Amino acid sequence: MPNTIHEPPPIDVSYLPERAHSGNGGWKNLVPAGGPPQVALDYSPPASSTAIWVVMFAIMMMFAAFTSALVVRKGSALDWRSFTLPSILYFNTLVLIASSVTLEIARRRIAAFMGGLKSQAASPSRWLYITLFLGLLFVAGQYVAWQQLRAQGIYLATNPSSSFFYLLTVVHALHVLGGLGGLLYVIRKLAKSSLRRSQLVATARYWHFMGILWIYLLLLLWMKV
Amino acid sequence: MSSHAVQHHAPPTSFLRKHVFSTDHKVIGKQYYALAFVAALCGMVLSWLMRFHLAWNNVAIPGLQLLSKSGAPGGVMTPELYLQLMTMHGTIMVFFVLTTAPFAAFGNFFLPIQVGAEDMPFPRFNMMSFWVTFVAFVVLMASFFVGDGPTLGGWTQYAPLNSVGAVSGPGQGTGVVLWMISIGLFCVGQLLGSLNFIPTTLDLRVKGMSLMRMPLTAWAWFITSCMGLTAFAVLMPACILVILDHVAGTSFFVPSNTVMNDQVLPHSGGSTLLWQHLFWFFGHPEVYIAIVPGIGIVSHILITSMRKQMLSQRVLIYCMLTLAVLSYMVYGHHMFVSGMNPYSSLAFSFPTLVITIPATIVVLIWTFSLYGSRLRINSASLFALGFISMFVSGGVSGFFLAQPSLDIVLHGTYFVVGHFHMVMAVAAMFGIFAGTYFWFPKMTGRMMNDRLGKIHFWLTFVGAYCIFMPFHYLGLAGNVRRYASFVDDYLQPLIPVHQFITVAALITGVAQIIFVYNLFHSRLWGKPAPDNPWEATSLEWSTPTPPPYDNFGGKHPVVYHDPYQYGVKSSVGDYVMQTSPEQVETEHDEK
Repeated sequence: MPNTIHEPPPIDVSYLPERAHSGNGGWKNLVPAGGPPQVALDYSPPASSTAIWVVMFAIMMMFAAFTSALVVRKGSALDWRSFTLPSILYFNTLVLIASSVTLEIARRRIAAFMGGLKSQAASPSRWLYITLFLGLLFVAGQYVAWQQLRAQGIYLATNPSSSFFYLLTVVHALHVLGGLGGLLYVIRKLAKSSLRRSQLVATARYWHFMGILWIYLLLLLWMKV
Repeated sequence: MSSHAVQHHAPPTSFLRKHVFSTDHKVIGKQYYALAFVAALCGMVLSWLMRFHLAWNNVAIPGLQLLSKSGAPGGVMTPELYLQLMTMHGTIMVFFVLTTAPFAAFGNFFLPIQVGAEDMPFPRFNMMSFWVTFVAFVVLMASFFVGDGPTLGGWTQYAPLNSVGAVSGPGQGTGVVLWMISIGLFCVGQLLGSLNFIPTTLDLRVKGMSLMRMPLTAWAWFITSCMGLTAFAVLMPACILVILDHVAGTSFFVPSNTVMNDQVLPHSGGSTLLWQHLFWFFGHPEVYIAIVPGIGIVSHILITSMRKQMLSQRVLIYCMLTLAVLSYMVYGHHMFVSGMNPYSSLAFSFPTLVITIPATIVVLIWTFSLYGSRLRINSASLFALGFISMFVSGGVSGFFLAQPSLDIVLHGTYFVVGHFHMVMAVAAMFGIFAGTYFWFPKMTGRMMNDRLGKIHFWLTFVGAYCIFMPFHYLGLAGNVRRYASFVDDYLQPLIPVHQFITVAALITGVAQIIFVYNLFHSRLWGKPAPDNPWEATSLEWSTPTPPPYDNFGGKHPVVYHDPYQYGVKSSVGDYVMQTSPEQVETEHDEK
């Protein structure tokens, strides 16, 4: 039987963008010959795009485990005592949503800047700093919520409901702090003019995910705690 | 092959960056292998101690006091120490050998090379992955020397024993906390590994390397990394909950009014089943995390040795994917005797039987592909055949255990010990040995001694059957597991069988010295290895031996064929390498 091997299309290496690694395969397998570098980038997504989905999936599984633990634990005994959530949590929610909006503004401005539309690129880092501030405000707000509960005599081990409240909010806050680290990294890279679009997109995706995760957790706590 | 030279990061020059805190995936792979090697020796010594005690439970073991003074008065093992050793043996073997060697060690070394990448996408995270795992191992072993020793709750760490503290026995306080910290760290390490393996597979494949042109090993590591991502991300929060029960006074896992050693425990309302659900959601996929890389390795080696393609490479890939998906739907079969709703048992029993279908298809593909082939017999192919033998022998007993009515009888007996040791542990170990003999030349630049390898195989193969087949008979005779000694009347007649197993275990263990000698002697004085000693086709054999720092000497390979073009007539022999543009007549070549 004759062989049906196809010769890969010829490739002009001068059109290939500088890549941190050697992959030219990616999802689409073959980089099209010719064409601008952007096309090659589209065909072969940077690893950080995939990696951030991996990270988000791991975090999602972790909170899924906590959720199932909460549901099972609540149903396994009659010792569950509900308490009113601190009202500052709703303010914190608005802050986190606002931070997603400001980060999206920053992302679009930086993308416009990278695309050559310098007129729309006025101080893109300003919006990153605003996002950073809002993120810190969210974490500080969560700390205030914990202090308010402590003032009411509700501690980690007071009741399984409070155990899950502290557990979920603290673990989420730690992940938000991780996102703030990512923002700082982006700001530093932007200042050095060495920021890659994929890094910005990955950080933005993570940050938005933190917001969606928090809304989910708030609903869960509101319904179950 | 493309002539485009790419050298994005220069090789490190300092000793620390080159050999210790290296970001090179090949060094990290070797580090994982070394860790698994040390862990396997530790685990094996622990099993010797246990086996000796089971066979001659009143005989003093010289030096045992060094391990635990209170656990071995006069050198005779106490039941508590026996359980501690059993727990550590299981934990070390499952996590630090069976997960670490076939997946993290070989995967780190060969996955980037097999897909044509010059490294993993996040080398620093990759380095962290190893060192976090290393710290996890140190923390686990530290429990031998802290407080009253390691935990005695078994590698499954069932609740409420895992949460009530020192009241439940030696090692149940600090020992459990250290175990949980260790396994939590291990989860972090493996998640960092998945963070690298998945983008490497999806994004860093070289030109021409479509998904279906990836070797079966690359597929196996990719599937395993996806399983690990899901499984370890659930085990880690479970460990956090246990640690909180210990140090923060929460009550996640300890039921109300639990009385232990005449003490009413202060916890209330916790669920013991909750732990089992969280643990086995990880625990059963873990079985496949240990075995799927072995399936990939064995297939890769057998094809190379048979000099022909498998009946269907695609079906093998689909079967591994099916095994991975189903592994999350069957975990409840570990809980048939847990007091779980009987209807749940039925729900878990059905997919447990279904999962045997892809496993059986894999075995049939291997068997019928082997039929009529002129297999090149060497150490690697022998261990690959041994893998199949163990996988089948251990898998058959799984049919029985999948039935809740039979499992209720057999679950607490040595039948289960025999089953999981053969299908998961020994089979995976054979996969590790096969991979070692096959890839050692590429990893070190030297050949292993094949004659010693064959002697090692036969002693290990016969020894493994002598050890683990009788476990099934013991289980059917009602021999309970997790007992430190068998003093009941009905167990006394079984002790000679235990003595036979112990002698077999000691001999088989000693036979591993041949492997250790071969490994070190060949590393230092072995015959220099050519670039492609097995006349193989995948990308790891198209690069110099050992591979340069960036794997392909500053060039990007281009792939023209699938990884298993054997049995063809080409200018170099009966095979065409993936990187060769030569067109040959072939029955099938993946696009």
